[in-house]
Amino acid sequence: MIDLDDMDRRILRTLTEDGTLSAGAVGRRLGLSQPAAWRRIRRLTEAGVITGRRVDLDLEKAGFGVTVFLGVKLATKGRVSLEDFERAVTAIPEVQAVHHVLGLYDYRLRVVARDISDFERVLRRRIMTLPGVGGVEANVLLSEERRPGPIG
Amino acid sequence: MSFLTVVIWMQSRGRAINALAEFAENALILQNSFFIFALLQIRMLDDTDRRILRHMIATPEATGSDLARRAGVSPAALSRRVDRLKADGVIRGVHAVIDWRALGYEVEVSLRVTLDKTVANAFDDFMEAAREVPEVAEIQTFLGRVDVRLSVLARDMAHYQQVYRERILTLPHIADIEALMQVAAIKSDTVLPL
Repeated sequence: MIDLDDMDRRILRTLTEDGTLSAGAVGRRLGLSQPAAWRRIRRLTEAGVITGRRVDLDLEKAGFGVTVFLGVKLATKGRVSLEDFERAVTAIPEVQAVHHVLGLYDYRLRVVARDISDFERVLRRRIMTLPGVGGVEANVLLSEERRPGPIG
Repeated sequence: MSFLTVVIWMQSRGRAINALAEFAENALILQNSFFIFALLQIRMLDDTDRRILRHMIATPEATGSDLARRAGVSPAALSRRVDRLKADGVIRGVHAVIDWRALGYEVEVSLRVTLDKTVANAFDDFMEAAREVPEVAEIQTFLGRVDVRLSVLARDMAHYQQVYRERILTLPHIADIEALMQVAAIKSDTVLPL
């Protein structure tokens, strides 16, 4: 595990706001020289803290008016292996994220669709036909914000 | 001017609008900023936009020229289209991704919160207070059985227990909480069926 000082945290905060900034630009914002900023960013990247970049799209403007979080409970644990379910569910293009969880559900899925009727199609034809699916609970996403997290 | 506006409004297909927008832009007839505004409002994504977005999402580290080659457009066309997608708010930004485990945050819990809706402003009060908790990495609101979902990061179970008791259970207007502990991320939310 890597130890961070205040400057590292500020660098991470700056890059999570704008991941396209060069080392020089990060340095100028935080009062560091370009080589010093570059060394710190390289250290954070090599330690696996910064794993890459994420393009943030306005889903509605990109044509996906509906995002739904599904809680999925498997009906036949043991008989159908988790791997079968995972392989099938990750292959569905509308499924953006799959998390294996402990608790009320076995999996948490994030599903995008063009509209509600498109979502119904995905749910009926793709999700409900997955191997081993038992109960499904759907919650339609209304708003979402990502916070800086514990580096703040 | 009004003729063009009418033509654009009548053409509901994105491609036709884009072709017109491009033509109008190149011909530099768009001196009137109101007209540009009207054009932006009705513009839709065409196949080239979608292809660019697909490649951007798949390889966010790619340089401009690399991305242009992958998407099969010239670098000039790429930067023009990306600028426009940003101006239209389709692309909101590019962010660095942090692996919290590399920073010693081993525990991620999804808290599904039901709020006491008999209280006016329950949502606003709750969200405002939740934003003050540094361990809360995501806040989502829903239509359904769950009202709000918080993604909470902690170093270990002892730390989680402490955050849960001292920072989460003290948030206002909670009627019920269910916790889902994340075991593994099988697929992460970077893909889109564009």
